[in-house]
Amino acid sequence: MGDSQYSFSLTTFSPSGKLVQIEHALTAVGSGQTSLGIKAANGVVIATEKKLPSILVDEASLQKIQTLTPNIGVVYSGMGPDFRVLVRKSRKQAEQYHRLYKEPIPVTQLVRETATVMQEFTQSGGVRPFGVSLLVAGFDDKGPQLYQVDPSGSYFSWKASAMGKNVSNAKTFLEKRYTEDMELDDAVHTAILTLKEGFEGQISGKNIEIGIIGADKTFRVLTPAEVEDYLQEVE
Amino acid sequence: MSIFEYNGSALVAMVGKNCFAIASDRRLGVQLQTIATDFQRIYKVHDKLFIGLSGLGTDAQTLYQRLVFRHKLYQLREERDMKPETFASLVSAILYEKRFGPYFCQPVIAGLGDESKPFICTMDSIGAKELAKDFVVAGTASESLYGACEAMFKPDMEPEELFETISQALLSSVDRDCLSGWGGHVYVVTPTEVTERILKGRMD
Repeated sequence: MGDSQYSFSLTTFSPSGKLVQIEHALTAVGSGQTSLGIKAANGVVIATEKKLPSILVDEASLQKIQTLTPNIGVVYSGMGPDFRVLVRKSRKQAEQYHRLYKEPIPVTQLVRETATVMQEFTQSGGVRPFGVSLLVAGFDDKGPQLYQVDPSGSYFSWKASAMGKNVSNAKTFLEKRYTEDMELDDAVHTAILTLKEGFEGQISGKNIEIGIIGADKTFRVLTPAEVEDYLQEVE
Repeated sequence: MSIFEYNGSALVAMVGKNCFAIASDRRLGVQLQTIATDFQRIYKVHDKLFIGLSGLGTDAQTLYQRLVFRHKLYQLREERDMKPETFASLVSAILYEKRFGPYFCQPVIAGLGDESKPFICTMDSIGAKELAKDFVVAGTASESLYGACEAMFKPDMEPEELFETISQALLSSVDRDCLSGWGGHVYVVTPTEVTERILKGRMD
């Protein structure tokens, strides 16, 4: 890097003080598929729609929710390939922490490291910002935690949040439904109902994904069969 | 003569009931000539975590400075103190970084963890950890310390008895070693307080 004509950072301030590249990245997120997360009293749930471009695509080959460490999972809205890069970098960071301290990385630390990477991509030459927002769900000594990380590199801790298409509707829905003392199962139900709100077509175990982490501190993506069971309960 | 024995040292840590003690001698020598009689080998990392560094004095001081640096950064980043186990892993990693040109130190780490559970461990100069439930020793007087500790240690001692035991073990051991001695430095750490005492032994 450095030789190319574009080796300077493309993310430069506009006269009004905005970073237009980041706003474009947020637009990419905003037009991505809906994802949401809810922090319950005893765990966290993250969920997303999994709309496929064609019915011919093998839906089993796609995993939108990924595990970063045994006790931390992540989901995205926006560009799939960008997400993969972030997942790889985050996993490496988590492993490095573990190698040094022989202790699992705390959720806050992993989120901060990931956010740092995303920030670096807004200030470096020859790169563009990530076209994704992340929802990170984890459970550590500080209890259940839910974080959102944006392309700018800013991150927030949420009780419940949504992103992608229909954010505002989903957030309003979550605001109505959310209670502090919610159990993990209730949170899964609420997550499904929220997804259902803005869903085009019939919701099924194959076109949504749900990841949960409970008091056992093990993050796990539900199988289509388990999702179907939850869908039955909701109806 | 090994470079580990150049300055002379004696280090010991013992576990008691919800408490621990860590003690060292106070001599700094250059082979058989004594240079200082108030040398510090035990350092405080935070209120409930101590590290003793036996071996070459200059490396002990440099290593300590690096550890303080790493611990301060950790405190700022994670807004908490390090657990003793975590700190031990960090020390081990830092030592192994210098696998082929090591710090000539053998550390002894002692701390109180969650729910006041005492933790002690030692490692060699390239970071191979050795965990123990009862006591750990290091330094030129380590052989005599093993004997003394094996004879005097009892499980679940209260702080006062622990102080007495570790002090007697240290003083009797350094008398059998030409390179360490000149009194002792003892820390007894309980969940509520840290007591630091200076011992006078055979001052010759």
